[in-house]
Amino acid sequence: MTLTVDDVKRIADLAYIEINEDEANAALTQLSGIFGLIESMQAVDASNVEPMSHAQSVTQRLREDTVTEMDQRELFQSIAPDVEAGLYLVPKVIE
Amino acid sequence: MCNHPSEFVRYRETQFLAGNQIMQWEIVIGLEVHAQLSTRSKIFSGASTAYGAPPNTQACAIDLALPGVLPVLNKGAVERAIRFGLSVGAAINSPSIFARKNYFYPDLPKGYQISQYELPVVQGGTIRIQTESGEKVIRLTRAHLEEDAGKSLHEDFHGMSGIDLNRAGTPLLEIVSEPDIRSSAEAVAYAKTLHALVRWIGICDGNMQEGSFRCDANVSVRPKGTEKLGTRCEIKNLNSFRFLEKAIDFEVGRQIEILEDGGVIRQETRLYDANRDETRTMRTKEDANDYRYFPDPDLLPLEISPAWIEQIGRALPELPRVRQERYMTEFALSQYDASVLTASRETADFFEATVGHLPGQGKLCANWIMGEISGQLNKDGIEIGSCPISPDRLATLLARIVDKTISGKAAKTVFDSLWKGEFGQDVDTIIAEKGLKQISDDGALETLIDQVLTANPQQVADFRGGKEKAFNSLIGQIMKATQGKANPAQVNAMLKRKLEA
Repeated sequence: MTLTVDDVKRIADLAYIEINEDEANAALTQLSGIFGLIESMQAVDASNVEPMSHAQSVTQRLREDTVTEMDQRELFQSIAPDVEAGLYLVPKVIE
Repeated sequence: MCNHPSEFVRYRETQFLAGNQIMQWEIVIGLEVHAQLSTRSKIFSGASTAYGAPPNTQACAIDLALPGVLPVLNKGAVERAIRFGLSVGAAINSPSIFARKNYFYPDLPKGYQISQYELPVVQGGTIRIQTESGEKVIRLTRAHLEEDAGKSLHEDFHGMSGIDLNRAGTPLLEIVSEPDIRSSAEAVAYAKTLHALVRWIGICDGNMQEGSFRCDANVSVRPKGTEKLGTRCEIKNLNSFRFLEKAIDFEVGRQIEILEDGGVIRQETRLYDANRDETRTMRTKEDANDYRYFPDPDLLPLEISPAWIEQIGRALPELPRVRQERYMTEFALSQYDASVLTASRETADFFEATVGHLPGQGKLCANWIMGEISGQLNKDGIEIGSCPISPDRLATLLARIVDKTISGKAAKTVFDSLWKGEFGQDVDTIIAEKGLKQISDDGALETLIDQVLTANPQQVADFRGGKEKAFNSLIGQIMKATQGKANPAQVNAMLKRKLEA
């Protein structure tokens, strides 16, 4: 797979990362290098290996369904830039 | 131009049939339902999920996405997803994988929603719905676990938005159907059946006002007889069955109009505006890749053991569909009666408790629960769980109809008295106090009938002369003389015998 500078810009856009032309080209070189590594690995026959979704071969621990967290709103909101009526205030976003 | 979209669709169809071109549209709908799971705590944190708390008092460090926190999966949420899967005959995936769905919005503090992409907990399954033309099977694609986002409040914060994260991290089961639905009526039937099921198996309270059960509809149209699916639009956040129906009707009319004018449908997300009864563009639809789904490294693969599945299966209540069939065979009820009684588990349990006290009278019990009980509950705006008349009292009342102590009409008077809690809700006391006992003594009734006949020689002559109407008039007078306490069938038979003698 060949990555283009347009792909890089699109990914940056989706990730809300501001990126200029030079940075986009640099990222293209780096990302293409990573793709190269992946391509090399794909040469290995892995048809008999079950794909992993996690680097560790352990399974998810489950929590009992009980309420363990107490209200700490004041503590959390003491470091928030702006609060009112118990709400966190943010610049208006309406989609 | 017609006012109502579905009228518009029919009008268009007729118009095309009338012309040279025979062109009919087929509606294709798939539904995504978000059912909020009835756990006490959130899906990945120990914060409470109780509704209506002051803002942000139930949003802990994990829900706020503070640095360094890790999600830990709630066993109760997984258990409910499995319960659902088993009740629709689906496969349970093990391992099942959690994925990050990336998008940016202030009420989603992590910048991604933890959801499932590949290997959801529930795969496949079916829901059977009742349509005008009989039963129809709607296939399910999948049902996956995910977390809800917080709430944004846009009014009145000096140009800022207020964020409440109490809802963030609330467990949801997103139930996705195949595009098997062909009309708004089928969509509503499907949503209602699903709604009844999730409440029946106790995984969701189904409260639509509080957003516990929300529908998104994927709607497209295609020329009838063709295979290829048309471009679809997704209508978001329909929180009532009525809005679901109206939004689909509007959307279908809109798409057909565009296509017949030679236009193309743009794939997008639309919002239904109930005040104006129309859908409008919310955003043009990104494709799935735009969410950049990938397995969440914070969560390990979820293993679900066959033993756990079996244990959950054993604890599953008898399902509505199974009960419906049992009612038809065990109590000889019609499919309609059986489906009304199994619309909720509370109603079905009430029916069974009643008929349990009155064996062999399934139809009578069904009639009273679907008629008097349901009518009064509606009138008082209460659920059957808080019905003032218990099943055993109702059974006692009905038993008095069966043993002919009171007439059906008098039983309604007793019912009203029971409902109001009079006379210690004792059926026999009410009958006695209100003097509702039927006159079943043949002798007493005969005397009464003779008196009426003597007092009305003209009507007796009329009847004997062939005027059938005179008979009913006599019956009316006899019933009046007995103050409605005679058994009408008995009066009828006795009068006939006397007149024909």
